Amino acid sequence: MWNMVAVPREAARTATIQSAPAYHLILEGILILWIIRLLFSKTYKLHDTFKLTEKEKEDLIEEWQPEPLVPLVSKDHPSLNYDVVTGPPTHKIIINGKECINFASFNFLGLLDNERVKQKALASLKKYGVGTCGPRGFYGTFDVHLELESRLSNFMKTEEAIIYSYGFATIASAIPAYSKRGDIIFVDEAACFSIQKGLQASRSFIKYFKHNDMEDLERMLKEQELEDHKNPRKARVTRKFIVVEGLYINTADICPLPQLVKMKYRYKVRIFLEESMSFGVLGEHGRGVTEHFGVNIDDIDLISANMENALASIGGFCCGRSFRLSGQGYCFSASLPPMLAAAAIEALNIMEEDPDIFTVLREKCKHVYKALQGTPGLKIVGVPCAPALHLQLERSSGSRESDMRLLRSIVEYCMDRGVALTLARYLEKEERFLPSPSLRVVVTIEHTEEDIEKAVSCVQEAASSLLK
Amino acid sequence: MTESSANKLLNGDACHRTSNGKRSSKNGFVKNHCVFQQPQKYRRPREKNQNVTRNSSLYKKPFSESFEETPLLVAVLTYMGYGILTVFGYLRDFLRYWSIEKCNVAQEKEEQKDFENFYTRNLYMRIRDNWNRPICSVPGAKMDLVERASHDYNWTFEDTGRVVKDVINMGSYNYLGFAENTGACADAAIEVTKKYGLGVGSTRCEMGNLDIHEELEQLVTRFLGVESSLAFGMGFATNSMNIPALTGKGCLILSDELNHASLVLGARLSGSPIRVFKHNNMISLEKLLRDAIAHGQPRTHRPWKKILIVVEGIYSMEGSIVRLPEIIALKKRYKAYLYLDEAHSIGALGPNGKGVVDYFGLDPKDVDIMMGTFTKSFGAAGGYIGGKKELIDYLRRHSHSALYATSMSPPVIQQIITSMKIIMGEDGTTLGADRLRQLSENTTYFRRRLCEMGFIIYGNDDSPVVPLMLYMPAKIGAFGREMLKRNIGTVVVGFPATPIIESRARFCLSAAHTREMLDTALDAANEVGDLLQLKYSRREQPRPSLGWMSEENLFD
Repeated sequence: MWNMVAVPREAARTATIQSAPAYHLILEGILILWIIRLLFSKTYKLHDTFKLTEKEKEDLIEEWQPEPLVPLVSKDHPSLNYDVVTGPPTHKIIINGKECINFASFNFLGLLDNERVKQKALASLKKYGVGTCGPRGFYGTFDVHLELESRLSNFMKTEEAIIYSYGFATIASAIPAYSKRGDIIFVDEAACFSIQKGLQASRSFIKYFKHNDMEDLERMLKEQELEDHKNPRKARVTRKFIVVEGLYINTADICPLPQLVKMKYRYKVRIFLEESMSFGVLGEHGRGVTEHFGVNIDDIDLISANMENALASIGGFCCGRSFRLSGQGYCFSASLPPMLAAAAIEALNIMEEDPDIFTVLREKCKHVYKALQGTPGLKIVGVPCAPALHLQLERSSGSRESDMRLLRSIVEYCMDRGVALTLARYLEKEERFLPSPSLRVVVTIEHTEEDIEKAVSCVQEAASSLLK
Repeated sequence: MTESSANKLLNGDACHRTSNGKRSSKNGFVKNHCVFQQPQKYRRPREKNQNVTRNSSLYKKPFSESFEETPLLVAVLTYMGYGILTVFGYLRDFLRYWSIEKCNVAQEKEEQKDFENFYTRNLYMRIRDNWNRPICSVPGAKMDLVERASHDYNWTFEDTGRVVKDVINMGSYNYLGFAENTGACADAAIEVTKKYGLGVGSTRCEMGNLDIHEELEQLVTRFLGVESSLAFGMGFATNSMNIPALTGKGCLILSDELNHASLVLGARLSGSPIRVFKHNNMISLEKLLRDAIAHGQPRTHRPWKKILIVVEGIYSMEGSIVRLPEIIALKKRYKAYLYLDEAHSIGALGPNGKGVVDYFGLDPKDVDIMMGTFTKSFGAAGGYIGGKKELIDYLRRHSHSALYATSMSPPVIQQIITSMKIIMGEDGTTLGADRLRQLSENTTYFRRRLCEMGFIIYGNDDSPVVPLMLYMPAKIGAFGREMLKRNIGTVVVGFPATPIIESRARFCLSAAHTREMLDTALDAANEVGDLLQLKYSRREQPRPSLGWMSEENLFD
């Protein structure tokens, strides 16, 4: 049987070669010769034309001079020499040796000096020591942290809250935890620096809309909607966010939250709210801008605030719905020292016990706002209920340097007479939309009528004598 | 520049192989110009990714690190383990999708396809009880854990109300034992809290610069031996906010493979191109430097404005110590700048506790930017940067933290001041010197005993961070739980913090650990190692008294 199979195969084979058309054989022959040629030819790499000889490399290495690590800073630059505060930064503050009334620290509810808060912190220190010696994942989670988180989520009426050990890092870590490359974020122009850093870290598409301008935002959202219609598959995986602040630190005004919520549902975007300045200030119970406008807290996807203003502690928190609240600053960094968490819990207790303090604070803010109207040469930037106002020059001299110097001279005039103010500081080259130079006036609940009178008259005197 | 192997043995160097026994002669390197040369063929089996310590003259004492290679069978079984878990993961996802099984976590449809979420749902959730364990006491040598129970396979936890007392703490970064609630540090912190309060309410450049901040910075300057320094409230933020202030477009960052997330984030935010060199590999770094200077910026070939090398003192996942003398030699030769992150090494290394620079006996002025944190050895929180006066003046003006972030809290500062003074011996006692000595004795003893037992331990012999290799995913959870049953609290780490097959358990030694505590921990580790078959090491065990020296003699 094998023979019978073999013979036809043999025949078939010889038949194949003989019956193949000539061009076929020639083509295959050429192909084989070409392959042999390619195998033995020199490879031509594009890189070769740029290959430097070793001597050239050595020469380049010898010649190369780097810039100095940092450029020189002029000796009399204002930021170089910080004002030194001797003692605690409370209502009466000793700055550069002069005793003044403090109109510069963000101590809105006056809790920096509160005895109850200090006592609780001391009790915690005696139990836990100072540091936590580890991140949250590795034995750095204390029962105090868990208690603070549950208290905050109960207070804000959200599902969950987590705390960060540094206020700046709170929103800067929360934004990249949600928004990744390819997502779209609409953010207000007046957003603070930590939000800008969070946006940069997230690698998403950033679109700025004019400050508090809902029409501009709506226009952008409509454009985005048209884009989405063109490419529905991509639109399904792209997430869209709006990032706003409750009370803007740079312009001291409030965002129009009800309109934002309407847009959220119409255009299917998520809202991130940064409430560092409004937590503990706005709202009937101090819950911030959502309570101020009567907006349901579940409409906001993420609220982030730092505990360094109203709560007079250190750190920040994020609250919202459960999934993925944690950012890099939470996972890879040591947790908040337990005594600071205990202080924040006690401050929260004080806020819950006595909701009248918020109304008192807002009254004082309105009072200061009215009193500062009509200061010669300075205009107020902000809304009446904002505790941290800006005073800008009515007429700028044209150069930022000289404006800053002028404002600094006002600050020094006031400090000499016992009122501590400060210049609002920004990183000029890094800010996206640099605010104009201004003075920061902070109102706290501890300021009495006389304090406010004194401060206002001081500022007005300074303005009239120094700003011609 | 080449030395024969015999000379190296005489010099007392530990010799290690380069990558995988290949002849590394085809990199396009020219031998006579490089500072570090290609190694000779010196075969030492089963060690991977080692650099030959060529310039032994730069090292004043032996530098011995080891990263034993994963045994082949273990690697295969580990991949199989992950494969089985993945299959089960898909099965469960299928069941959840068709609502046969209840899904316990709210998630959106498109996120289900994400690998990160798949991993979290199906692998991480199973062993989640090993992390985020809450404690209710000082994180000292012994701690009290809050007991948690889960009734739905780790999706949610609840407190049972009981406390597990006196668990030996091998997980907290408490190298010098300053995590304590009694003693000089705590008393001083109490006084400062009463005087200054807790918060500050303003930034450093506005109204938040207290006199106590200035005192801290002068002390840190003296401690490090630099010209000036600046302190910040968070260690993570120190890196992520200051690297962008130092480099920008037109500068190059050369970063180690295993750098911490904060360094990577800082480098990314700066906008400079980043090139990664192999972990602690000086040949890889030198090649990058030469290519960078010779070819300039990509595409335009303009020269780089500056080159910044970013390394850490001790790498906390590997336990390795940076090869600082070689890096400084490279830096001087190629005129680059060096950023050294001493988060884990400050206070823990060196005869005076002053970090890696002290450990190698080098001059702190050679390191351009010395960064570190106060969280680990000082029992507080925060970070610092030290360097020349121009650098610090520039950072005062341009650092994001100094202008926008609230200053450090006064009691935390006082804790740092007191503990630093104790380490320097300025408080009049020998407490600092005693603790430093105790830590290095503990390190040597613990590492030696673990090696003798047959575990694979990574890292440098002098590093107080001791990673013990586990490899298999099931053993990660098992090790953590078994050690907790024996009242030892350890940290286990898996993917994505480590490569997927190299999961490990990590012990952090402390000066507060007594010999008895270490012995208890070692016995427990021995038991668990036998139970879980973790003793993978296939080295010849050195006789205890000779230590590393005997391994060389075996090859003679």
